[in-house]
Amino acid sequence: MIRTIIGITAAASLAACAASAEDKPSSAASDAPAPRGPGKGKGFDHNPYPSTYKAYPGVPTLLTNVTILDGEGGRIDNGAVLFRDGKIVEVAQSIAAPEGASVIDGRGKYVTPGVIDVHSHLGDYPSPGVQAHSDGNEMTGPVTAEVWAEHSVWPQDPGFSRALTNGGVTTLQILPGSANLFGGRSVTLKNVYARTMQGMKFPGAPYGLKMACGENPKRVYGGKGRMPSTRMGNIAVDRGTWAKAQEYKRRWDRYEEKGGEAPTRDLAMDTLRGVLDGEILIHNHCYRADEMAIVLDMAKEFGYKVGTFHHAVEAYKIADLLKANGTCAAVWADWWGFKMESYDAIGENLAILEREGACGMIHSDDANGIQRLNQEIAKVRASAKRAGFEVSEATAWKWAAITPARALGIDKVTGSLKAGKMADVVLWNGNPFSVYTRPEKVWIDGALLYDALDPKRRPVSDFELGQPGEGDVK
Amino acid sequence: MRALLLTAAAAMSAAVPAAAQTVAVTNAKLVVGDGSAPVEGGTVVVRDGRVVAAGRGVAVPAGVPVVDAGGRWVTPGIFAGFTRMGIVEVDGVSETNDAGAGSSPFNAAIDVVPAVNPKTSAITLNRAEGITRAVVAPQARGSIFGGQGAIIDLGADMDAVTKARAFQFMEYGETGAARAGGSRPAAYAMLKNILFEVRDYARAPGSFADRGKDALLTRADAQALVPVVNGVVPLLVHVERASDILVILDLKREVPGLKLVLVGATEGWTVARQIAAAKVPVLASALADLPASFEQLAATQSNIGRLQAAGVTVGIGMINDDETRQARLVKQYAGNLVALGKLPGAAGLDWGQAFASISSKPAEAMGMGGEFGSLRPGRRGDVVVWDGDPLEIGTAAVRVWIDGVEQPLTTRQDKLKERYFDPKEGALPKAYER
Repeated sequence: MIRTIIGITAAASLAACAASAEDKPSSAASDAPAPRGPGKGKGFDHNPYPSTYKAYPGVPTLLTNVTILDGEGGRIDNGAVLFRDGKIVEVAQSIAAPEGASVIDGRGKYVTPGVIDVHSHLGDYPSPGVQAHSDGNEMTGPVTAEVWAEHSVWPQDPGFSRALTNGGVTTLQILPGSANLFGGRSVTLKNVYARTMQGMKFPGAPYGLKMACGENPKRVYGGKGRMPSTRMGNIAVDRGTWAKAQEYKRRWDRYEEKGGEAPTRDLAMDTLRGVLDGEILIHNHCYRADEMAIVLDMAKEFGYKVGTFHHAVEAYKIADLLKANGTCAAVWADWWGFKMESYDAIGENLAILEREGACGMIHSDDANGIQRLNQEIAKVRASAKRAGFEVSEATAWKWAAITPARALGIDKVTGSLKAGKMADVVLWNGNPFSVYTRPEKVWIDGALLYDALDPKRRPVSDFELGQPGEGDVK
Repeated sequence: MRALLLTAAAAMSAAVPAAAQTVAVTNAKLVVGDGSAPVEGGTVVVRDGRVVAAGRGVAVPAGVPVVDAGGRWVTPGIFAGFTRMGIVEVDGVSETNDAGAGSSPFNAAIDVVPAVNPKTSAITLNRAEGITRAVVAPQARGSIFGGQGAIIDLGADMDAVTKARAFQFMEYGETGAARAGGSRPAAYAMLKNILFEVRDYARAPGSFADRGKDALLTRADAQALVPVVNGVVPLLVHVERASDILVILDLKREVPGLKLVLVGATEGWTVARQIAAAKVPVLASALADLPASFEQLAATQSNIGRLQAAGVTVGIGMINDDETRQARLVKQYAGNLVALGKLPGAAGLDWGQAFASISSKPAEAMGMGGEFGSLRPGRRGDVVVWDGDPLEIGTAAVRVWIDGVEQPLTTRQDKLKERYFDPKEGALPKAYER
C-alpha cells in the first residue's frame, strides 16, 4: 500500500518506518477475497510529482587517517571510510585501498555524514529576495494544507550552493512558511542542483505537513479581521480542521475498501488524511512550552503524532513531556528576543533536551545560518559544558545528522556513515566544532560535488552566471 | 588563590564598588587589538578608567589592585561596529522598539539618545559576552536620513551613552530609493535638496523657513545636519552596490568636508581601490555571501579581506542582521574570516587583523580609535578576560571591565537555565525556584 507513493523500491523500507498506522496485515493478501474498492491508499495517486533525482557518478574513494564522527554517536580516531557506487562500503579503523580507489589522506581532518537541515526555505524564499520570488507563504487563509512547498521551489536559488560549499549540507527539508495554521506540505531535497524541482527531490522521502502555533497565524489573520486572532482561535481552527479531516478520512477509507462512488477530492484534506494515516510527518512551528503541550494533547484527541516541533525555543522547559510523547524539537543555538514568543530562549535548550534524553536537533530556518550549522552545534556543546555536563563531539553531531534524518523519515538511507547508506559525506579541513574549519570536500551519493581546492567543483546557479562575482569563492 | 578569585568573580562582581576604576591584569595572553598577534605574559594597567600601559614587561604601579589572568586571553572589550542595541527590547513588540519611526515628521533630527535603555536584555547579554561598546544607529524610515546615532557602553550603570550624536545615518541604494519615493535618482534629488536647505539654515538659522510637516526638512533636521556638512560629525551611509558606492564617494566632491563611513558595502571589494583612494572607512557585513538583493550580486565572504588588502580601514558591522540583539556574533564572524584564509581564491584576515576588525578597526572607522578599541595607552579601560580564544565558538568572557569598572555578567537567560536545568517541577512550582 505504501509502494504506490514511493518512486523506487529501495526506499520502501524508509517509508514504512514513517507509516506508524501500518500495524495490521495487508488486506490485499492473496487468500483474501478481492476488495470491491481500489484498496487502502489506492484511491488516487499519492505521488504525482515523483522524484527524478539521479545520483551523479563518483569514483571509489577511501579517506584515511581521519577523525570520523559517524552521525549516530560513534567516533573513530585516525580511521578510514570507503565508499563506492554511491554507497558507504565500510567505516573502520583501517581499510585496505581497493584497486582503482581514490585515496585521500585526511590527516588532521574530520569526516562526517553530510549536514541535514530539517528547516529551510531555500527555493521558496530564494535569493534575490524580491517580491517576485516570495513563494513561501500562501497567506490567503489560515488553512492551506493543499499547497505543496515543492511547487514553489526555484531550483536556481544561489542559496543551495552556499549551503553546500560553506555548510556541508547534503539534504534539506523545504517547508512552507508559518503564517498559516496548516501551511502546506514540505519537500525534502538532495542538495544537488537540477533543472527541475523533481530533479532535486529526495527519492522516497515522505512528505511533511507544516503547522504553526502562536503569534504568526493570529497576527496575520487577526490583522485581516478574521479568525484566528488569538491563540484560542488558533486551536479552535486547528480542531475544526482535524475534525473535518477525520470525516474525510472515514469517507475515503470506506470507499477505498468497499468501493462505490469516489468521494469528492479535497486537496487540503488529502494532506491531513495522510497525517492521520501516518504517511505524512508533522513539522509544527511552535515556540512556547505551554503551546506545545496543548498541541500534544490535540494530536491525541485527533489521532495523529507530532513528529517535530520547530523553533521550539522553550522545549527545555518541557523536555520530560517531549520525551514521554516521543516528539522531537528542532531548535537554534542562540536566536532569541526577536519576537515575544522567542523571549525565553536560552543557549542550553538543545543541551538540556540531550541531558533529559529527549529528541533534539539543530535547524537553520535561514539562508545564512544553514551555512554554519556545524558552528551552531558547537555553540550548544560549549553551553552544555559551561552548564556542567559534557556532550561529546560524536553525540553532538547527531543533532545535524541521524536525528534530523529520523525527523524526515529518511534515516534508513542517509544521516550516518553506515555501510549501505547513501555516501553523503563531508571532509572538513579541521575540527568542525571550530570556527576555523570549513568543508574541504562534499560528496552526495558518492559524487564529488564540492572541492574547495578545485574551482570547477563549485556550483554556480543559472542566476549567478554572468553576474558580478560569478564563480567566486563565496 | 588568584585562580580562586577568577572563578568567583561572577558571583562577587556585584559587590565591587562602582568607583573602582583602577586595575591591573597580569599574566595574560594579551591582545592589544591593534592588529598585532597575542603576546604571552602580558600585563594591562588601567588607572582611573583608562589604559596606562599594556604589553610584556609592564610594571604594575604600587597601589593598583592586581588580577592574575592565569595565562588566559585578555583583550580590549569588543567594539560592535554597527548595531541597534539598547533601543529595542523585543523587535516584534513595537512598543519596545525605538529603532525607527516611519510616521514621524522628523528625520535627521531624530536622536537615539532618549531611547537608550541600559537595562535592555540585549545590553546585559552582550556585556556578558565581552561586548563593551557599540555604535547604535537609528533606522531610516520616513526619509533617506535616519537620524543621529550614539556610541554607548554596555555597563550595568544607568549612564550608557558615551558619545551622543556621534554620527548621522543615511540610507542609499534600494532602501534609500524606497524612502525617497521609489528610485535612486529621487533619493539623490532628496539629498541635494536637503543639502541646499542645510546650507540655507547654516547661513541664517533665525530666518530659516520651517514649513513644518510639509517640509522635506524641518528646522530641527537642518540643525542636525549642519555638523555633518561641516565635517564635524561623520555620515554613515548604508550602501551595497558597487555603482552606488561610487555615487556616495562622489559626494565628497559636492560636500568637501564630509566624513563618510560606508555601512554594509557588500560589493565594496569590486571598487576597493576607489574606496581606499577616497580614504573612506567601511563597517562591512562580514559573512554576507548571498545575492540577497540585486544590489548584492557580488556578495562574498572575502569582501572584508579584499577591502583590507586594498588598504581600506574596515571593521565588522551588522546592518540588518539581528543588530538589535546579536552583537556577540561579531566574534564568530571574525573567526570565520580567519578560516577563509585557508581557502584558495578567498581572502580572509589573519588572527590579529580579525580581532582588530571587531575592536580597533570599527573604532577607527568612527574616528574614535584614540578612545576605544585597543589597549594602547589613553584608551578607555574596557578589558575582557576570556576562558579561551575569543574568536573561537563557545569561548566565554569570564571578567569584564568597562571604563575600569568590573561588570556583572549574569543574564536573564542564565536564570532561566538554572530554573529549568532539571525541567521537572519539585516541591513547589517553578515560579518559586530562583
